[in-house]
Amino acid sequence: MLLKVFRYDPEKDEKPYYRTYEVEAWPSDRLLDCLNRIRWEQDPTLSFRMSCGHGVCGSDGMRINGICGLPCQKLVSAFEGEVLIEPLPVFRVKKDLIVDLDPFFEKYRSLAPYLITRSDAPERERFQLPEGQRVFEDAIRCILCACCTASCPVNQAKETEAYVGPAALVRAFRYLFDSRDEGFPERLALLDRKEGAQGCRTLWKCTEVCPKQIPVTKEIGQIKRRIYEAKKPGNEPGMGK
Amino acid sequence: MTFQHDIVVVGAGLAGLRAAVECAEAADIAVVSKVLPTRSHSGAAQGGITAALGNEEEDRWEWHFFDTVKGGDYLGDQEAIEIMVKDAPRAIYELEHMGVPFSRTPEGRIAQRNFGGHTREYGKKPVKRACHAADHTGRVVLDTLYDQCLRRSVKFYPEHYVLSLVFEEGRCTGVVTYDLATGELSFLRARAVLLATGGCGKVYRTTSNGFATTGEIFNLAYQSGIPLEDMEFVQFHPTGLYPLGILISEAARGEGAILRNGAGERFMERYAPTIKDLAARDVVSRAILTEVREGRGIGGKDYVDLDLSPLGEEKIREKLWEVASFARIYLGVDPVRQPVPVAPTCHYVMGGIPTDGDGRVLADEVGTVVDGLFAAGECACVSVHGANRLGCNSLLDLLVFGRRSGKAMKEALARADGEVHGTDPVREVEEGLAALSRRQGEERLGTLRREMQTLMMDHGSVFRTEEGLNKAIGAILVLKERLGRAPVRSTGRTFNYELMEALELRHQLDLCEVILTSAYHRRESRGAHFREDFPERDDRSYLKHTLVFCGKSGPEVRYKAVSVTRFQPEARVY
Repeated sequence: MLLKVFRYDPEKDEKPYYRTYEVEAWPSDRLLDCLNRIRWEQDPTLSFRMSCGHGVCGSDGMRINGICGLPCQKLVSAFEGEVLIEPLPVFRVKKDLIVDLDPFFEKYRSLAPYLITRSDAPERERFQLPEGQRVFEDAIRCILCACCTASCPVNQAKETEAYVGPAALVRAFRYLFDSRDEGFPERLALLDRKEGAQGCRTLWKCTEVCPKQIPVTKEIGQIKRRIYEAKKPGNEPGMGK
Repeated sequence: MTFQHDIVVVGAGLAGLRAAVECAEAADIAVVSKVLPTRSHSGAAQGGITAALGNEEEDRWEWHFFDTVKGGDYLGDQEAIEIMVKDAPRAIYELEHMGVPFSRTPEGRIAQRNFGGHTREYGKKPVKRACHAADHTGRVVLDTLYDQCLRRSVKFYPEHYVLSLVFEEGRCTGVVTYDLATGELSFLRARAVLLATGGCGKVYRTTSNGFATTGEIFNLAYQSGIPLEDMEFVQFHPTGLYPLGILISEAARGEGAILRNGAGERFMERYAPTIKDLAARDVVSRAILTEVREGRGIGGKDYVDLDLSPLGEEKIREKLWEVASFARIYLGVDPVRQPVPVAPTCHYVMGGIPTDGDGRVLADEVGTVVDGLFAAGECACVSVHGANRLGCNSLLDLLVFGRRSGKAMKEALARADGEVHGTDPVREVEEGLAALSRRQGEERLGTLRREMQTLMMDHGSVFRTEEGLNKAIGAILVLKERLGRAPVRSTGRTFNYELMEALELRHQLDLCEVILTSAYHRRESRGAHFREDFPERDDRSYLKHTLVFCGKSGPEVRYKAVSVTRFQPEARVY
């Protein structure tokens, strides 16, 4: 199998270049196995992140033949000819396939990703019906791999790069629609901005690439509808849900 | 550079983050991890967390207590187990209050399901004890605890690899770290250090563990004079996706899936007549490999089938979404219609750095405490899991003892001054690093690693013999010597993973020696440690914990007593 890999080492390269590697591969191998084979058998200087190896930790987001995804989830059998491997767009490249995710986590943090409650906690659990749970059962599959945010044309455009991006909004959705959450007024203020949910232009790229098949665009749409309803005359924010 | 904190936590999985949440308001705390936040392997835990809440049916902590003791084949310390199972309901409610999205019963309570070895009335029949969020429990708890850390502004040192533990006059005063992004070395000085780095499954070829699960902290402690306890007890999870070893949660069997051999027979009925497919993991793993050895694998090969069809499409989608996706992605198998091929995969190490019930690291068999040093989670050995851990007891261990370690560290701060007078700890490790690139020879790290992993599978996994162990110990020593001829060729300072992996391999080889030596000296079979030449449990000689110390001429084996408070050892039948 041939892999054409984006290379850049800030210590010695003035600009990035591509290098093609030929590795032995079985159809059932993961693309991640092939990348490791390059590292372990041919070129130990190649750098990329990985951890769990089966699509749970979110470490190895990269661009594969132009589409953001996880090489630990892609089998060799799905590819023909040379495969192009590049770092995630949107983020600054630190080395080879490793990008700077600090801004990603900063944006994630900016939307208060935690349960906000005002009432005292009961001695046992807060009640939540299975229907209430089902609302966000897709959203809690998010592994923060950043593939959605990297694929979003709004995040990609320089003039709108302040947009928090789909991943942060999926987590915001998860708390906004959690029947136990009592932080609606704060969340409304954070989300009802062009850098927040209003920045989404419904372009579906996030949904197309999500390795966990989360209906990202739809969830952002639900946030926007929730904001719209809350702002209709007579619906005072802060009145719960 | 030197940075001063009150507390340094090494590892950002559930134990480390739970401790961080505990201390964040009272102390200046920093969390060091070799990976980015939320990438830690706790996130791969699927099935759930056990607690005798009794939400689905009657349950009692005493039953949970008994199951855990029996599951561990009577090697677990009962004093510690009692602490854990009694504290379990509180630990669950606390998570729920933080926002963990647990699956629910129709009435809106936390849902619970069956899991291997968890029973009612001391073994009579399975009980629903595992609280869960579908089959991504670890990930959502990890996310929630990370979110809680963000809320409390906990300081993180992401992608920092620990090179050494620093001791001053017998007291742990910090760690030296290597920043993977820049190659910079730092001394993180602290008045209390918590080791919470997880397991070491990557010494085996087939494992459910992630790439980062290399276990260097075990060896850093060992090389500092701290013994390693019960390292011969390595758990092989019965249902790793064949041949990759990716975990297929026991939740599948908890929800009703059945193991079948090549003849289509539900073979667990022969090995565990009462609870069948829900027997303890060591029992099921041995059963699978016995079927395979006797020619009853699927098509005579080395795996069996996990049949999820009794669950139906709806339940699989709702309760086992992740597991089903693994079968589809990696094998093209749709578990609604087709059986999933499975075989045992290295999953968990019961042994580790010895601690008391508050995470304080113990230096010897009489319980001498190492000042300033704490350990929690898989890298620690309290010991609550004994010779075999029950499913869903590990997340519980992380939460209960992560919190208790946090509390103990806060108390310890009042007494510690944290003054360091010794040599520069950074310079010492700097010299060691430089030596790696000066190595001469043609050996390759990847080759040596693969040979180590194969050796451990062949001689140190589910079935063991004196001859095999002896041979493997010799072979590990040869690998160690060959490692000296495997130069690190990458010289860069930015994300030099080759350098990190060279260090990891050195630690892994030392750990293999400890695992194999512990196994060699335990001439009995107990829990996950099965000796074909000594197939029976021998309480008269071996109802005791192994402690391996790093001696001048190799590992030195000593033993310490097991705490037996309520349940006397009896025959372990499921």
